[in-house]
Amino acid sequence: MSLAPRMVVVGAGPAGVRAAQALVEAGVRPVLVDEGQRDGGQIYRRQPEGFTRSYARLYGSEADKAARLHRDFDALRGRIDYRGNTLAWNITSNELHVVHGQHTATVPFDAIVICAGAVDRLLPVPGWQRAGCYSLGAAQIALKAQACAIGARTVFLGSGPLLYLAAKQYVEAGAGVVAVLDTAPSARSWAAISGLLARPRLALRGLAMLRTLRRAGVPLLTGVHPLAIDGDSEEGVSAVRVRDARGIEHRFDADAVAIGWHLRAETQLADLARCEFVFEPQSRQWLPRIDADGRSSVKGVYLAGDGARILGADGAEAAGRLAALAALADLGHSTGAALYEKAAAESRRTLQRMDRFRSGVISAFPWPHEHAAALPDDTVVCRCETITAGELRRSVGELGSREVNRAKAFSRVGMGRCQGRFCGHAGAEIVAAAAGVPIESVGRLRSQAPVKPLVMNAREVQA
Amino acid sequence: MDSRFVRLAERDRATVEVRIDGAPVQALAGDTLLVALLTCGRRVRDSEFGDGPRAGFCLMGACQDCWVWTERGERLRACSTPVLMGMSVLTQPPESQWPETPDLRMLRAAEQTE
Repeated sequence: MSLAPRMVVVGAGPAGVRAAQALVEAGVRPVLVDEGQRDGGQIYRRQPEGFTRSYARLYGSEADKAARLHRDFDALRGRIDYRGNTLAWNITSNELHVVHGQHTATVPFDAIVICAGAVDRLLPVPGWQRAGCYSLGAAQIALKAQACAIGARTVFLGSGPLLYLAAKQYVEAGAGVVAVLDTAPSARSWAAISGLLARPRLALRGLAMLRTLRRAGVPLLTGVHPLAIDGDSEEGVSAVRVRDARGIEHRFDADAVAIGWHLRAETQLADLARCEFVFEPQSRQWLPRIDADGRSSVKGVYLAGDGARILGADGAEAAGRLAALAALADLGHSTGAALYEKAAAESRRTLQRMDRFRSGVISAFPWPHEHAAALPDDTVVCRCETITAGELRRSVGELGSREVNRAKAFSRVGMGRCQGRFCGHAGAEIVAAAAGVPIESVGRLRSQAPVKPLVMNAREVQA
Repeated sequence: MDSRFVRLAERDRATVEVRIDGAPVQALAGDTLLVALLTCGRRVRDSEFGDGPRAGFCLMGACQDCWVWTERGERLRACSTPVLMGMSVLTQPPESQWPETPDLRMLRAAEQTE
């Protein structure tokens, strides 16, 4: 083609940076829009200027990868149109709508690679609205980006690799860790799970994390059923109560608790771009449909990284590069097409291996949907507006909702300012269980623009 | 204990004085507002729905549970706003909740000239 294609990348995490880098390699100058103050995304989040901790201390076994990504991004800076601190809040046909402070702009594109990342996947626990309860990701960000622990005595509750990783990082940083409580059914060793063998180094790292925690004398319980996060309305969290696999109740005094069950893809922009979604039965969630290279069902829209498939940082780097090159090849860009031909087969193999691992992780640390369905009626499901499981069930029982958007209209669960990010998945489980229908039949919350709240005066007014 | 967050490292930074609900507080350069609030206290804001104080939740700009306000009524997300010398924030929305939008300002100006 004669004109340089207009390429936009959303997100400056591992997927977004590798996508931008591939585009630059092909001789294109992309726009890179990122909400963060610095590049790196959440996993390789860079500490603020003036902080002095080493890469080894910040990123542990992943220090080299983090350093490489940051270095490569710094080298790209002059060759891309980088827009940090900028929220991509809507997408319409071939236009991305962004806001930086109070300034809005429209960025036209021929192709866009959305690398929007993920947030913690949350299950409500009675009392999780109390001050001092944070997501696992939050506990890690407090440490990585601000050198703080979320409390003096922290309980880690949930499941998945991040549960152990965050607890281990707290121990190593000298923070008080009270207990690690895993809802996964048994202490099957990480290496024993077949899918995990796809990435033996990662499986071994999991075992090393367990050793660090045991050596520090941190109680590790598996197969727990969360009962409550106790506390009072002034002081916030004071204890965490769980029932173990044998039915015995345990109470851990704590002033902070970090909870999370893996990650939930940030799919709002893909949804607003009208990408097709498919239900993924193993993890019981809806994800945008993509092909092996990251093509969505919408022409010109490509998806990569944890915002499309939760493969972790290594998978995100490979997927970001592949999706960007696929986009160029599809536009008939000759240099891009040549790079794509060269890289595609190996990248796909890498991604397949990561996907086997992903599947292994999901079966080793399952989403405990039965806990969501069984939450007591007085449990707060929507933290934004303090709406309970009982109110959500009433929208099914008395008002006849059989679908989550209908239930949202009646109960407002999913309508608060987090826009369903933290209540959506558990809410769907509650609706499905109350209606007695399969989870996939209750649908998924429709995304709304703006994907995050904007200030009222963030718009252009012609005087 | 009067603070929620515990500083574990990076303590050798310049101090930055900010005001929280009118009271002076020493933060460190590079702190977010949320860290400034939670290293000198235990809450960020109060739930509008009567269930007590909140202290943030996701720290990555997704939950919107850490909103504070400037004295002019502008809303800030504490987890992603760095502290600046002389900053003054309120943990309750100011009396007149709605910031004056450009069109409201024009409307007011038009009313005054009538």
